[in-house]
Amino acid sequence: MMFKLGALIMHPASKYALLALALLFPALAANEYQVYVMATAFIWAIAVYGFNVITGYCGQLNLAHGGFFAIGAYAVALLTADYGWNFWPAFIGALVITAVLGFLVGAVSLRLKEHYFAIFTLCVGFIIYLLLDKWEELTHGAIGVRGIAAPDGFGLVNFRETIPVYYLILFFLVFIIWFTSRIQKSLLGRTFIAIRNGDDLAESLGINLMKNKILAFVISTTYAGLAGALYAGMIRFVGPEDGNILHTFNMITYLLVGGIGTLFGPLIGTLGIVWITQSLQFLEEYRMIIFGPLLVILVIFFPLGVSGSFLTWMHRKAQALGLGPKKVQQESKVNTAREVENNA
Amino acid sequence: MTIFLQQVFNGLTLGSIYGLVALGLTLVYGILHIPNFAHGALYMVGAFMSYFFMVDMGVHYWVAMAGSAVVVAVLGIICERLVFHPLRNAPPIHDKIAAIGILLFLEAVVHMFWGSDFRRMSTPFGGVVNLDGVFLREQGILIIASTVVLVVALNLFLRKTMVGATIIAMAQNREGAFLVGIDANRVAMMTFAISGILAAVAATLYAPMNLVYPAMGHLVIMKAFVIIILGGMGSIPGAIVGGMIIGFAEAFGGYYISDAYKDIIAFALLVVILSIRPQGLFAKGAH
Repeated sequence: MMFKLGALIMHPASKYALLALALLFPALAANEYQVYVMATAFIWAIAVYGFNVITGYCGQLNLAHGGFFAIGAYAVALLTADYGWNFWPAFIGALVITAVLGFLVGAVSLRLKEHYFAIFTLCVGFIIYLLLDKWEELTHGAIGVRGIAAPDGFGLVNFRETIPVYYLILFFLVFIIWFTSRIQKSLLGRTFIAIRNGDDLAESLGINLMKNKILAFVISTTYAGLAGALYAGMIRFVGPEDGNILHTFNMITYLLVGGIGTLFGPLIGTLGIVWITQSLQFLEEYRMIIFGPLLVILVIFFPLGVSGSFLTWMHRKAQALGLGPKKVQQESKVNTAREVENNA
Repeated sequence: MTIFLQQVFNGLTLGSIYGLVALGLTLVYGILHIPNFAHGALYMVGAFMSYFFMVDMGVHYWVAMAGSAVVVAVLGIICERLVFHPLRNAPPIHDKIAAIGILLFLEAVVHMFWGSDFRRMSTPFGGVVNLDGVFLREQGILIIASTVVLVVALNLFLRKTMVGATIIAMAQNREGAFLVGIDANRVAMMTFAISGILAAVAATLYAPMNLVYPAMGHLVIMKAFVIIILGGMGSIPGAIVGGMIIGFAEAFGGYYISDAYKDIIAFALLVVILSIRPQGLFAKGAH
């Protein structure tokens, strides 16, 4: 029975059901505030997808990820508020800036391995935060940036309102999920996973480590920049606290709860935790008392997260029931589950 | 010349604190190969414990420091037992994430009890010694002296006692240490306890010159990481030398370059050095 339910969830059509639900959400929501919360959660989910590319698939714990989110937000903020650009050129500008900075940071930091890489990127994230806070001539310092242009609707829609901006962000989220699934299925995605499994092994297969790691890093920072740019366009205020290292830690929690290295993990984790936090408003300030130990318990007992544990369970069930390779679609997904289990 | 000497003193003070924190971090890394991101939280808890003992219990500064050291040492042992021990065979990324979980938890707990206000901690050593135009704060002198005493004591403990020798042996060669019958659990717990004591003492020494607040560990721990990368992870002399390098760079950079950016200096130094030498300053071979 549970297995049938699981198979239903894994059915390709359920993706479209999910999409339909997302499209109908503004109509189903009790008030506009819920739509607003959902849109914010989508933005974080996009950033977490980026985090998943470098950390989940490629296995490099990049603790500067939140910093790149802030850079994307500040790029849009400063280009529109101080230089009078329209939103969309500034949006493209933000993507280019985060990609270029990602390349530069990646080229230096990815020469380091494991702990050294994590510590180095932690420092990079902190440098970004300090620069946002102290470099007043460029970033307005601690007071932050106001007067950011909203996304231009070209007279057709008004993205200053919550519901149109919700659909805009949903569009980018769907695009990001589609794009990530293309990466995951491609040779490139398998290359990243090979690197996660071991540098030496990957290199012996003829994989150019540096090139692929930098590529994963640039993809991830561009995702973060995209999320940051949307954030600036929606909230229309940015401040140095957006570069706080805690945002990176939040993203780690989202990814780990959802399932590291899985396609739907970032979405499940982000939406789940954002809504749990919302419903426990009184906990806002102290939520880390729960989420801190939750992180520890997850890595000790359920390192695969919700999505990964589910896929593994489905795989075991399928084997127990003797379902052979007749369901090709399912088989390919189950394979990734097994890979996750082996590699996580 | 007076200004120069003043900065030398400030650099020594800062370097001593950084060195003590980095020492705890490097010891844990040497034994367990965990970059303990929660070490800064232990430092912060150390400061709050001393504050609690002094203000709420009304005990003397030294007693408060001892009490705080005991609490944080126990906390370190608990972290090792409950978190890092079960993860000993997990991929390295899990240790790091778990350490971040501990960090978030401890900060939230302290935040719940004390709020996010900045608090001032008093000290019996509030005076200033005027040495021919160079102003030496008594607390600064105390920091430097205590650091010398602690480092010498730690060295004697590690080199001259059997228990200390087991820690060194574990750091040098895990399997070899097992072969001669060293209990890995005991060594791991002891290392965490020592690292906690160092963090608590460093925090109690430095807090009167700084302020006490839940986020106080962030900058210190990141600088400590910079230090142990510079000095070679797991190296004890490296932690002291690296601490001094960062301490002096900050004291002089803060005065001669820019006070607003003095916190960036340590990180900029790391970025520049690792860009040129990915293996760090003193380490042999690649990481």
